[in-house]
Amino acid sequence: MAIRDRLSGNEAVATAMKQINPDVVAAFPITPSTEIPQYFSTFVANGSVNTEFVAVESEHSAMSACVGAQAAGARAMTATSANGLALMWEVLYIAASLKLPIVMACVNRALSGPINIHNDHTDSMGARDSGWIQLYCEDNQEAYDNMVMAVRIAEHKNVMLPVMVCFDGFITSHSLENIELMEDDVVKKFIGEYNPGHYLLDRENPISVGPLDLQGYYFEHKRQQAESMRNAKKVIQEVSEEFAQISGRQYGFLEAYRMEDAEVAAVILNSTAGTAKFVVDKLRESGVKAGLIKPRVFRPFPVDEIADALKNCKAVAVMDKADSFNAAGGPLFTEITSALHVKGVYNVMTVNYIYGLGGRDVNVGDIEKVYNDLTNIAGQGRIESVYNYLGVRE
Amino acid sequence: MSNCKHNKIISADTTWKETTEGGTICSPGNATDFPTGDWRSMKPIWLQEKCKQCLLCYPVCPDTAILVNEEGKRVDFNYDHCKGCGVCYKVCPFEAIDFVEEGK
Repeated sequence: MAIRDRLSGNEAVATAMKQINPDVVAAFPITPSTEIPQYFSTFVANGSVNTEFVAVESEHSAMSACVGAQAAGARAMTATSANGLALMWEVLYIAASLKLPIVMACVNRALSGPINIHNDHTDSMGARDSGWIQLYCEDNQEAYDNMVMAVRIAEHKNVMLPVMVCFDGFITSHSLENIELMEDDVVKKFIGEYNPGHYLLDRENPISVGPLDLQGYYFEHKRQQAESMRNAKKVIQEVSEEFAQISGRQYGFLEAYRMEDAEVAAVILNSTAGTAKFVVDKLRESGVKAGLIKPRVFRPFPVDEIADALKNCKAVAVMDKADSFNAAGGPLFTEITSALHVKGVYNVMTVNYIYGLGGRDVNVGDIEKVYNDLTNIAGQGRIESVYNYLGVRE
Repeated sequence: MSNCKHNKIISADTTWKETTEGGTICSPGNATDFPTGDWRSMKPIWLQEKCKQCLLCYPVCPDTAILVNEEGKRVDFNYDHCKGCGVCYKVCPFEAIDFVEEGK
C-alpha cells in the first residue's frame, strides 16, 4: 500500500536513499543539495540505514570516495549542486570510464560566476559529456521515482554507468509537495542486491582497477563505454516499465503533453515544464494547438523519440536554462536540431530561448510570450530570430 | 558485461567488445607479459668478469630486470623489462655494470 506524504524534493530523494539503503554515502554540503546528506546522516544516526556515511572534506573527495567504494564492490551514492559538481569534474569522468554505477542527486543550481545559489541548469549541462546517464525531474514525485529507478538502470549488466538525477534547486528541492512513496520492502525488492561482476574486495579473484591506458588500449575502452550508453536506452525503457507495474506511474524518455495534433510546441526540462503545462491548457481553451515536450532522459539522448514527437509541428521553441556560450544556442537546442536533421525532419521551424539563468523567475507571461512567438512563426512561415533570451532586461 | 570472467590478457589485438571495463586488470601479476624495455634510452651492461656476486644490484632494481638463479647468483639483465634507470650501475661497488647509450 503506497504511502501519502508531504515532502520537499530533497527530503523525497533522501527518503528514496533511505529505502535503497546503500553501503556507502560520501557527501559534502552545498546549497541547495545540503539537506540530502543532512537528512541522510540522521537516518544513519538513528540506525534506520546501515550505510557507512563518509563526511568528506570536498566534493572531489566525495566522488573519489564513491569511486573507491563502488570499485570495492559497494553500492555508493552522493548528492551535490553547482560548484560542488564542478569540483567533482575529473572524478565524474573516472567513475563513468571505470563503469561504476554510482547514483547521484544533482540539485540544479547556477554555476559561478558570478556567484549565485539559485536554479538553472549550467551545472549538470556542463557535465553532459562526462559519461553519466542524466535523468531530469519536473517535481518531487519524479525526483523520488527517478532516484529509485536510477539504481536499477545504473547497475544493469549491459549498462554499468553512473546516473545523475537532476532536479531544480529550491523550486523542487525546497518546495513541499504531497507525493506517493512506495513501501520500504517494495523498493528493496525492486532494486535487489548489487552483484558486480568483479570488485576489489573479491579475495578469490583479485583485480587491479584504473591502470595506465595508452594509445594501444584507451580507444577500445572509450568505444566500449559508448556502447554502454547506447545499451542504456533499452534498459531505461525496461526498468521504467517494471517501475510502472509497482507504482502505477509511467515514465518514458520524454513526456509528450497534449502533442497529438500540436502545431506549436516548447521543449522544456524540469520544473518550468509544469508552468508550461498550465499555459498549454490555457492556449488549448482558446483554440491554439499548443503542446509540450518534457525530456526526462538527456543522456543517452533520445534522438528518435524527440524527432518523432516534434516532426508534425510547424514551430518549436527549445528552452535552455543554460547557455553554451558558443554563439549558436543552448545545449538542448543544438542537440534537438541535430536530432531533427539526422532524422530527416527539415520542415519544423525551430528557435531557441535561453531563460531563467541564476534563478530568474519564469512565469506564465514569459511562457505565453514564447507560444505567441511560435504562433507568429507558424503563421508567417519564417523565423526572425533563432537565438533569444527570455526574461533578461534589454 | 564483465569481461573479467575470461581472465585473459588484454593485448594490442583485443577488440572493444572483448576488453575489460575501464582497463581493469583481471590477471594479477601480468606485468611480466608486457615488455616495457623499449622505453629505455640508456642501457646497463653486466660485466660478468668483474662481478663478485655481492648482489647489491638485485634489491635496488625497481622492476624485475635483474634475476637471481637457483644457485643464488645473478644472471644477465632481463632487457624486456629494464627501463635503463641506472640505479644498479650507481650501486655497484666493483664497476661490474657499465651504462651506455641505447643503440650504440
